[in-house]
Amino acid sequence: MSAAPEHAPTMARANLAERIAPWLPMLLVPLVMLTGLILIPSGSSWLTLTVSGLAMGMMIFIMASGMTLVFGLMDVINFGHGVFISVGAFVGVSVLLMLAGMTAAPSLFLNLLAMLLAIIAAALATGALGWAFERVIVKPVYGAHLKQILVTMGGLIVVEQLIIVLWGPEEIYILRPEALKGAVTFAGAALEKYRLVAVAVGLALFLTMRFVLRRTKIGLIVRAGVENGEMVEALGYRLRLVFIGVFVAGSALAGLGGVMWGLYQEVITAHMGQQMMILIFIVVIIGGLGSVEGCFIGALLVGLLQNYVAFLEPKAALISNIGLMVAILMWRPQGMIPVVKAK
Amino acid sequence: MSDPILTLQGVYTDIAQYHILQGVDLQVPRGEVTMLLGRNGVGKTTTLRTIMGHWRAKAGKVMFDGRDIAALPTPAIARMGVGFVPENMGIFSDLTVEENMVLAAVSGPIDAGRLDWIFAAFPPLKTFWKSHAGNLSGGQKQMLSIARAMVEERQLYLIDEPTKGLAPAIISTMARALRELKQQGASILLVEQNFSVAKALGDSCVVMDDGRVSWSGAMAELAASAELQERLMGLSMEAHQ
Repeated sequence: MSAAPEHAPTMARANLAERIAPWLPMLLVPLVMLTGLILIPSGSSWLTLTVSGLAMGMMIFIMASGMTLVFGLMDVINFGHGVFISVGAFVGVSVLLMLAGMTAAPSLFLNLLAMLLAIIAAALATGALGWAFERVIVKPVYGAHLKQILVTMGGLIVVEQLIIVLWGPEEIYILRPEALKGAVTFAGAALEKYRLVAVAVGLALFLTMRFVLRRTKIGLIVRAGVENGEMVEALGYRLRLVFIGVFVAGSALAGLGGVMWGLYQEVITAHMGQQMMILIFIVVIIGGLGSVEGCFIGALLVGLLQNYVAFLEPKAALISNIGLMVAILMWRPQGMIPVVKAK
Repeated sequence: MSDPILTLQGVYTDIAQYHILQGVDLQVPRGEVTMLLGRNGVGKTTTLRTIMGHWRAKAGKVMFDGRDIAALPTPAIARMGVGFVPENMGIFSDLTVEENMVLAAVSGPIDAGRLDWIFAAFPPLKTFWKSHAGNLSGGQKQMLSIARAMVEERQLYLIDEPTKGLAPAIISTMARALRELKQQGASILLVEQNFSVAKALGDSCVVMDDGRVSWSGAMAELAASAELQERLMGLSMEAHQ
């Protein structure tokens, strides 16, 4: 075998600005936290608000992460994504009500076990619903964005009405498991136990998703598929199966997020998923379509900003997230960490 | 002519309202390099994409190794042993060079001996193994694109303008690699605008015009006749020397 002509290729050395540019979005979260620390007069209040914001952000991330992958990989605008949140919450809460003995017991192990069972049931139910949703509602409208918006909105309305048929039209109030009620005191700040659990679950899910996407072959296929699906197929991979798998996983994650969010709010309604969609869209857009890391950072920014602004200037809390979206898009029009550039 | 590995019979392909291929008939002999030549816009890329299943043939047969693949999905065609290097290279720029190669090894881990062969053919890929493919130069991206198709043994390679916009030194690297691929027994259907490269690599040649094959024969015959080149492609060999 003959070798190529001798040459020693080098890559042009990027200047400092170019080298730090990819990391800038990751610096935004500590930057917002630092700004909060300066503006909020009491350190304990800042700590409480920060944990609350991180918990909220983690739950939004869980609900939104599936949508960003579906958006990036399948080029599908799924306005019905919120329905998986509602169904997940209802299924999860139903399981928790059936396991009332375990949730009422003053045992952290039994409480967490009940939550785990509820989350598994919600993820299975919404994963199955996601499969049916993709087959029946999304599949006929691949490649047609306007139809996708209309038909997935229609699907959302139908499933919401089915929730009302099955569980009734009233709001359902729920109590958190016994050991997750109340707060722990740290450095003079009251930190709700449930929020700490939400932070831990969100972080664990993010790290798991990152591992799968970065370190496994299926993750490689998904990342490559987000960028150039046609080429992935030309290599021999059946992207349709990957599409369905991602849609099901995204739906299951939304269901899981629905259980977490329901317990966070301590009330669930058939429309809760629909109400979350604005925040989810903001997170997906500012994160960059198809980017799990961008979605994670975006969700944390939304959660932190909402909590800080609500404390400092309650009236401004309503527009804080829209303001964040405008600012991010003016800085990076394709989102913080764009993966899909050409669609 | 040896037994053809690929035969197109009366293939018609439409893209939206445009009738791009209008009855393409061609053969790719087994173990040979077949050049697909013609002016811009005559349907060369569409022919490759139709064979690969990216665009569906409206009519006609695409016979690969004795089987009609016209209706098969792209992944099935790839898994039958067809490697594809598209005109835009199809590099996954968010992935590293290593990840691009690992992804291309569909049937399992990359064979170490084959990887050594690829590194010998394209040394920059070893240098930038852990770098993001999006940071490579145009020539390096093209090397990666071809290396990705070579990472597993294929029966047929469809390669669309691999030398477009590349420096002469890199073109010779490409040509050498393709020649070695042929020596290993692979068949290649190569779209090429650079006539010198076509002349050096091609065993047989198919010239297209207006969505049809206007001439096919031995590459040496076309290379030897300035009149034929002028008539078929509007160029003379001297212009490319």
